Amino acid sequence: MSGTESIVFDSPRREWRADTFAMWVFVGSEAMLFGAIFLVFLFAHIDFGPAFASASKHLSLPLGTFNTAVLITSSFTMALAHMFALHKRWRPAVWSLLATSSLGVCFLVVKGIEYGKEIDEGLAPLLGLPFRYAGPDPVHAEFFFSLYFTMTCLHALHLVGGILAIAGLLAFWPKARPGNRQRRVVAVGLYWHFVDIVWVFMFPVLYLINR
Amino acid sequence: MTSAMMPSTYLAEGSSPGAWLLTTDHKRVAWLYLVSLTAFFFLGGAMAVLMRVELATPAGDLVADDIYNRLFSLHGIIMVWFFLVPSIPATLGNFLLPLMIGARDLAFPRLNLASWYVFIFGSLFALFSVVAGGVDTGWTFYTPLSTLYANGFVSTAALGVFIVGFSTIMTGINFIVTVHTLRAPGLTWFRLPIFVWTLYATSLVMVLATPVLAASLILIVLERVFGIGIFNPDLGGDPLLFQHLFWFYSHPAVYIMILPGMGVVSEVLPCFSRRPLFGYKAVALSSMAIAVFGFLVWGHHMFVSGQSAYGSVIFSFLSFCVAIPSAIKVFNWSLTLRKGEISFETSMLYALFFLGLFTFGGLAGLFLAALAVDVHLHDTYFVIAHFHYIMVGGMVTAYMAGLHFWWPKLTGRMYSETAGRIAATVTFVGFNLTFFPQYMLGFDGMPRRYHTYPPEFQFWHVLSSAGAVVLAIGYLMPLFYLGSSLFRGARAPDNPWNATGLEWQTSSPPPPHNFETIPVVTRPAYAYDMKGLEHERFSPHRPAPP
Repeated sequence: MSGTESIVFDSPRREWRADTFAMWVFVGSEAMLFGAIFLVFLFAHIDFGPAFASASKHLSLPLGTFNTAVLITSSFTMALAHMFALHKRWRPAVWSLLATSSLGVCFLVVKGIEYGKEIDEGLAPLLGLPFRYAGPDPVHAEFFFSLYFTMTCLHALHLVGGILAIAGLLAFWPKARPGNRQRRVVAVGLYWHFVDIVWVFMFPVLYLINR
Repeated sequence: MTSAMMPSTYLAEGSSPGAWLLTTDHKRVAWLYLVSLTAFFFLGGAMAVLMRVELATPAGDLVADDIYNRLFSLHGIIMVWFFLVPSIPATLGNFLLPLMIGARDLAFPRLNLASWYVFIFGSLFALFSVVAGGVDTGWTFYTPLSTLYANGFVSTAALGVFIVGFSTIMTGINFIVTVHTLRAPGLTWFRLPIFVWTLYATSLVMVLATPVLAASLILIVLERVFGIGIFNPDLGGDPLLFQHLFWFYSHPAVYIMILPGMGVVSEVLPCFSRRPLFGYKAVALSSMAIAVFGFLVWGHHMFVSGQSAYGSVIFSFLSFCVAIPSAIKVFNWSLTLRKGEISFETSMLYALFFLGLFTFGGLAGLFLAALAVDVHLHDTYFVIAHFHYIMVGGMVTAYMAGLHFWWPKLTGRMYSETAGRIAATVTFVGFNLTFFPQYMLGFDGMPRRYHTYPPEFQFWHVLSSAGAVVLAIGYLMPLFYLGSSLFRGARAPDNPWNATGLEWQTSSPPPPHNFETIPVVTRPAYAYDMKGLEHERFSPHRPAPP
């Protein structure tokens, strides 16, 4: 066929459109996954607002803010990779992708430090660890931390997925044709921005809304 | 296009295990699904037969209560997630969608194969739970039973369903993108066969509802394995929350299961009454309406759970609303038959049985949507009968209709019409004998999920158990005559039923990439009233029309 990767498409243009469209549908599906969890949080917050407000103050605002900055920067480098790839400037595109995934790893490391701190303080209600909480209404504060760990771990897993996607993209980079490189950068980029936007909602909901 | 021009068929492309297991041809992937789903269907069916045998007497004499709990849980889990949800989309849909829209394959052939492997991987987890000791939570995994009290292999079963969800989402994305990007020239949205419309609506529901199920199941596994207490009141959580999340998926999942069946029937009824589908646009759009309404009615599973009374009133109203698009379809199918030249081929018999059974099950649904009546009927055999009329009487019957309708296209062989008609009739009789008594039981107050019962219920239970045996025979028969048709059946012509639709314009079985040249579509779907379709109609029983 005329320069398409798969025999089902008549033109590279149609193949490109199908790929991008599929990624949008997938992002829609993912939005429903996070939507369900956000909804759980919303209802819990309506019921136990004061307990959630005081529990939220035990999260580390500086580390959370730093991580937000890291992720937004990674979205910027991803956008650069997209732009460079469309202009076929392959070397800067690869560097931007590397920067993006490094920032993703940086986010995960900081998140790990944050988790370590919370586990030390006895704020992690998981694996039977002792839950030590001095504030009011400790039962519902525990619920807050259950939700906090579930939501942020789910997000971190998606970030790992994004980093692996970039790694896969770079592994097949040398052999890929220009059109395929561009298609894949667009698709992976869309996913990366989505994971980023999820955090942009998660950060204020968990860290800021009660201050 | 004649079969003489075709160099080979997709079945002649190699028969080694590798040629099947590593294929990216949608037609072969459909067969992979067909074989695995048939195995699950009979596994789940065997559990149902065991339950019916146990229920023939009021005492618990065949299995203990604990075993009985595991039987109905696994029957539900296997039938819902490992048969009904993928049944028509992954087999007939996979095979036919590209053929019906004039494409060489699905948009992502490798993703399609991957979805089958993910399905098998997930099913291994579920089968492990069966072998290791079972699950006793029911297919609904209600908390806090599933999180705090159940001692079965809940986590592996839930993980299995979770993994199969990925396979569902992969299929959904593939279908949506295929319908959007690979329609043949001239094939506008309102020229699409209704089967394609229903697959599209189904895929939308799959993509948007399955993640919510994934979220709720993963929260159960997190609670059981890591002790995170989202549903545990001792840790501040809320067990009712699970029901909301679960039914937000599982009610739309009902439409995942029934919509493709409606699509099949919309293909079969016009063909065997030689009439265009009545009210094409209304039928197409009512599929979309069902998909949308399906997301807004989950609360009708929770009328007696203590949810807000105002919420219940609204959910009740919206549930009545779902009946409107369903009724639109039933009326349009009935009007399609009017003044038609009706002939009773096997698939037509199944389709007509669908029409009756679906209507009957749907009307019972209105009883359950009514708040006051539901308080009486909730968790009784009335509910069991209602959803089996839709899921088995509706969906499985439509699946059989589709399997018989497209069998010549799938295999290139004709099966015995006589055997087919007998099997269809046996199924219909057996089905009604099994499930009609359950309406009576439920109305008299027999609760679901008990392995013993007071003796006054025995009459209806014995009828139901006898019906289950007849039904089992009806489902086993096709294994034999369809199986033997593979070796001894007459060669099928390209268009044995003289049907419209692009899938009938290519050879039987189709060549590897479906069409030598992509067809151009100039007619609406179901142009049975137009000229150009009067070539000979295959029928072993009667002379061809002059």
